Amino acid sequence: MDAAAAMDHHDQHESTGIDHRKLGMWVFLSSEFLFFGALITNYLLYQGQPGFARPYPAEIYDIPFTSFSSFALLMSSLTMVLAHNALARHDQHATRTWLLATAMLGSVFLGGQVFEFTEFITVGAMKLTTNPAASAFYMLTGFHGFHVLLGILMLLTLYGISRRQGELSEASGLNLELVGLYWHFVDIIWIVIFTVVYLLASVPAGVG
Amino acid sequence: MTATAERRPATTIFRRPRSTTGFWGWVTTADHKKIGIMYGYAAFIFFLVGGLEALLLRIQLSSADNTFLTAAEYNAAFTMHGTTMVFLFIMPISAAFINYLLPLMIGARDVAFPRMNALSWWIFLFAGIFLYSVLVFSDPAAPAGVEGVSGNLDPADNTVLGGMPDGGWFGYQPNAGPFYSPGTAMDYWALGVQFLGLASLISSVNFIVTIFNMRALGMRLLRMPVFVWMSLVVALLLLFSLPIIAIALFMVTFDRQFGSLFFVAEAGGDPILWQHLFWLFGHPEVYILILPAMGIVSEVLPVFSKKPLFGYAAVVFAGAAIAFLGFGVWAHHMFASGISPVAQAAFGLSTMTIAVPTGVKIFNWMGTMWGGRLKFTTPMLFAIGFVAMFVIGGLSGVTHAVVPSDWQQTDTYYIVAHFHYVLFGGSVFGLFAGLYYWFPKMTGRLLNEKLGKLNFWTMFTGFNLTFAPMHWLGLQGMVRRTAYYPPEAGFDFWNLVATVGAFIIAAGVLIFMFNWWRSKKHGEPSGIDPWDARTVEWTTPNPTPEYNFGVAPTVTSLDDFWHKKYAEDSEGRPVRRPEAEETLTNLMETGINPPHPIHLPAPSYYPILLAAGIPLVGWGIIYHTSFVGKLLILVGVLVVASASFGWSMEPLEEPHDEHGDSEPSGDGYSSLEDDA
Ligand code: HEM
Ligand SMILES: [Cu+2]
Repeated sequence: MDAAAAMDHHDQHESTGIDHRKLGMWVFLSSEFLFFGALITNYLLYQGQPGFARPYPAEIYDIPFTSFSSFALLMSSLTMVLAHNALARHDQHATRTWLLATAMLGSVFLGGQVFEFTEFITVGAMKLTTNPAASAFYMLTGFHGFHVLLGILMLLTLYGISRRQGELSEASGLNLELVGLYWHFVDIIWIVIFTVVYLLASVPAGVG
Repeated sequence: MTATAERRPATTIFRRPRSTTGFWGWVTTADHKKIGIMYGYAAFIFFLVGGLEALLLRIQLSSADNTFLTAAEYNAAFTMHGTTMVFLFIMPISAAFINYLLPLMIGARDVAFPRMNALSWWIFLFAGIFLYSVLVFSDPAAPAGVEGVSGNLDPADNTVLGGMPDGGWFGYQPNAGPFYSPGTAMDYWALGVQFLGLASLISSVNFIVTIFNMRALGMRLLRMPVFVWMSLVVALLLLFSLPIIAIALFMVTFDRQFGSLFFVAEAGGDPILWQHLFWLFGHPEVYILILPAMGIVSEVLPVFSKKPLFGYAAVVFAGAAIAFLGFGVWAHHMFASGISPVAQAAFGLSTMTIAVPTGVKIFNWMGTMWGGRLKFTTPMLFAIGFVAMFVIGGLSGVTHAVVPSDWQQTDTYYIVAHFHYVLFGGSVFGLFAGLYYWFPKMTGRLLNEKLGKLNFWTMFTGFNLTFAPMHWLGLQGMVRRTAYYPPEAGFDFWNLVATVGAFIIAAGVLIFMFNWWRSKKHGEPSGIDPWDARTVEWTTPNPTPEYNFGVAPTVTSLDDFWHKKYAEDSEGRPVRRPEAEETLTNLMETGINPPHPIHLPAPSYYPILLAAGIPLVGWGIIYHTSFVGKLLILVGVLVVASASFGWSMEPLEEPHDEHGDSEPSGDGYSSLEDDA
C-alpha cells in the first residue's frame, strides 16, 4: 500500500486534537454533574422541612465513621494518580499495584457505606420509607455508591487485562486515563456530598 | 484475512460478525445510515400507533357525553398518545435524521462511536417495546409494589386499553403516584421513559463528540450547515436536561416500588417538586422536539429559494440562545400551581424573552425567501407550512406567557391548540419536509411530486381543521384531559369539525405511505444532485455508498458545494460555472469507485445484546416482590455485564494486514475489503 493510500486511511482526524473517547468522557461527566446536582438539591430541599416522622438523617449521622471512609475514598484518588504516573513511566508492575490499591480503597468506602446503611436501618430506625428526607438521603448516597461500584469494576477490569497481557498497551493506557477521570469525578462528588449533606447538615428547629 | 483470526484475543464471547448484509447485517450494524433508517422506520410505526390513539380520542370527543371510550380508556389513550408522539416518534425520527445526515454533512464516514450509536438505537427500540408491553402485562386492579394500597378503579374500567399508563405524559404527582394510580401501568411509564432517556443520553454524547471532532478539513464551526448546528444544540439540551428527568423518574419509581415518600404529601413529601423537575426537563424538551425541524427547514428554504440562508450566524446564535433561555422558563407551565407572585412575574418575563430569538429565526426564514426564485416543490411546501404554522403556535405561546391571561387558558383546549401548532404544524411539517428532501439520499429516487403535493394539502387542511377550532373551544372554557363535555356547553359543532379534520390528517398520512412505498421502487431516479443543493451531503452519489465519500471532502466556505457550482456576476446573482457539470461527473465517479481502500466501522453483536438486558431489569423491578422479578433483575444485570465485558474485549478496530498501525478514531473500524 502506498503512502497516499495510508494518508486517506487517516482522513478521520480529530478536529479538536482531543481523542474521541476522552472528549466523550468529559461530555458525559458534564451530564453527571447535573445528575448529582439534582440529587443533592433534592436532599437539601427535604432535610430542612419540619414535621416529618423522626429520625431525620442528620440526627443519626456518625461523622467520625463517615470521615474515615471518606478519607479512604480521598486516598484512592491519590493512588489513581500514582497508577497513571506509573504507566507513564512504563512501570507495569507499579501500575498494577496502584490500580489494585485504588480498587481496594474504593471497596473500603463501599463497605463503609453498606455498614452505615445497615446501622441506620437497624440501630437508627431510619428506613427509605421513614420520611422524605430519609428517602432523599438513601437515594443520593445510594446512587453515589453505585457509581463507586462501577468504578471499582472498571479498575478491576483494567487490572485483569494488565495481568493477562503482562502490560497495558497504548490503547488501554488511554482507558486507564478515562477510568481515572471518572474516578476523580466520583471522588469530587463525594467531597461535595460529605460537606453539604453530612457536615453542614442541620436538623430543623424544634426537632431533637 | 487469516491474520485477523490469529490476532483476535481469546476472550471474546462471540466471533465478530462479518456480514454487512441481510438480517444479521442490520442487527449487528454500526453504520450510521443503517441505524438512521431503522430509527426512522421504528419511529414511523410508533407515529401510526400514536395516531390511532389520537383518532380514538377524537371519536370520543366528537359529540357531547359520548360513550365510545370509558373515562379510564380516555385517560390511557391521551397519556400514551402524548408519550408516544414525544418520546417514540418525534425524538427518534429526529435521531434518524441526525444519524443519517450528521456525518454526511460534516464530511465524515461515521459518528465518533459507531457501536455506541447502535447501542442507543437498540435501547430505544427495546424501551419502546417495554413501554407498550404494558398492554400484555398490565393488571389495573393489582396494587403497586407498595403494600397497603387499595385500588380505586371501577372494575368495569378493567379493559386492555384502560390498563395502559393513564397519568398523562407529564405524569403529575400525586395522581401518578402509588395511591392514586395503583397497578403497574405508571411503572411501565416511568421506567420506559427512563430507558428512552438513557438512549438519548448516549446519542447526545456521541453526536457532540462527532461534531467537535470529525469535521472535514476546512469545516470550521461557522461553516457547518444549520442542521448540524441545531443537532449540536439539541444534543447539549439533552445532555443537561436528561439527568434531571432521570432523577425525577427514579423518585417516582422509588415511591411506587419501594415506598419512598418523595411525592406523598401526607408524609411531608412535595408533589409540586415533581412539576418543577418535570418542566425543568420538559421545557428544554419542547426545543429538543422543534430544533431538528428548524434545522431541516433552514436547509430546505435556501435550496428552493436559490439564495443563501439569510443571516446564517443569526439563525445559529438564535438557536443557541433559545436553548440557553429554555432552561430558565420552566415555571410557565405552573402558573396555576400556587407558586409565588414574584416567581410568576419572573417566569412570565423570561418566557417573553424567549420569543425574541424565536422571532429572529422567523424573520430570517422570510428573508431567505424574500426576492428568491421560489420553487414550490413538496419539501418547500412543507417548509413554508412549517414557518406559517409555527408563527401561529408561537403567538399563542406568547399569550400564555402573560400570567393573568394564562390563568384563563391553562388546562383548556387553548393550550392543546398551542402545542399542536408548534409540534404538528411545526416539528412534524418540518420533518416531512426533510423526508421529501432527503429521500433520494437513502434510495437514489425521488418521491412522487403529485402525490407529495396531495399529501401536503391534505395534511395541511386536516391539521388546521383539527386544531384551529381548539383555540376558541379553549377560550370558551372547554377543559383538556377529560373524556366528556356536557351537551349544554355548546362545544359539539367545533369538536365534530376537529374530529373530521383528524381523519383528513390520517388520509394525508396514508397518501404519504403510499407515495413512499411506490417511489422506493418506481420513483424517478434522482442523480447526484436532484435539488441543486448547497451542502456537502449532496456531493456523494445517491443512494449513499456504504463509505459515504469516495474521497474525504475538503471545505473552503459555507455552502461549499454551491460555490463549486456557481460563481457570482457583477450584481451578485449566481451564474453556473462552466465546469459545474464536470465537477458533478467527477464526484459521481470518485463516489462510486473510491480511489483508495476505506475503513468502515465493523459490525458487532454487543450493542443489541447489552440493550436486551435493560428491559429485563425493568420488568424485574416492576415485579421485584416476586421470585420471577428477582430472577429477571439478575438475568438482566448479567446480560448487561457480560455484554459490556465482551464489548470492552472486542478490539477497538479490526487489525489491518496492510499496515499494523491503529486508527486514531476510538471505535471499531475495519477494512472494507474484509467483507469482499
Ligand atoms: C414563542 C415560543 C413559545 C412560548 C412563549 C411558549 C409558551 C408556553 C407556555 C407559557 C405554556 C404553558 C401554558 C399552560 O399550560 O398554561 C406552553 C405549553 C406548551 N408548549 Fe409552548 N411556548 C413556545 C413554543 C413552544 C414550542 C416551540 C413547543 C414545542 C415544539 C412548545 C410546546 C409546548 C407544549 C407541549 C406545551 C404543553 C405541555 C403540557 O401541558 O402538556 N411550545 N407554552
Ligand atoms: Cu414551556
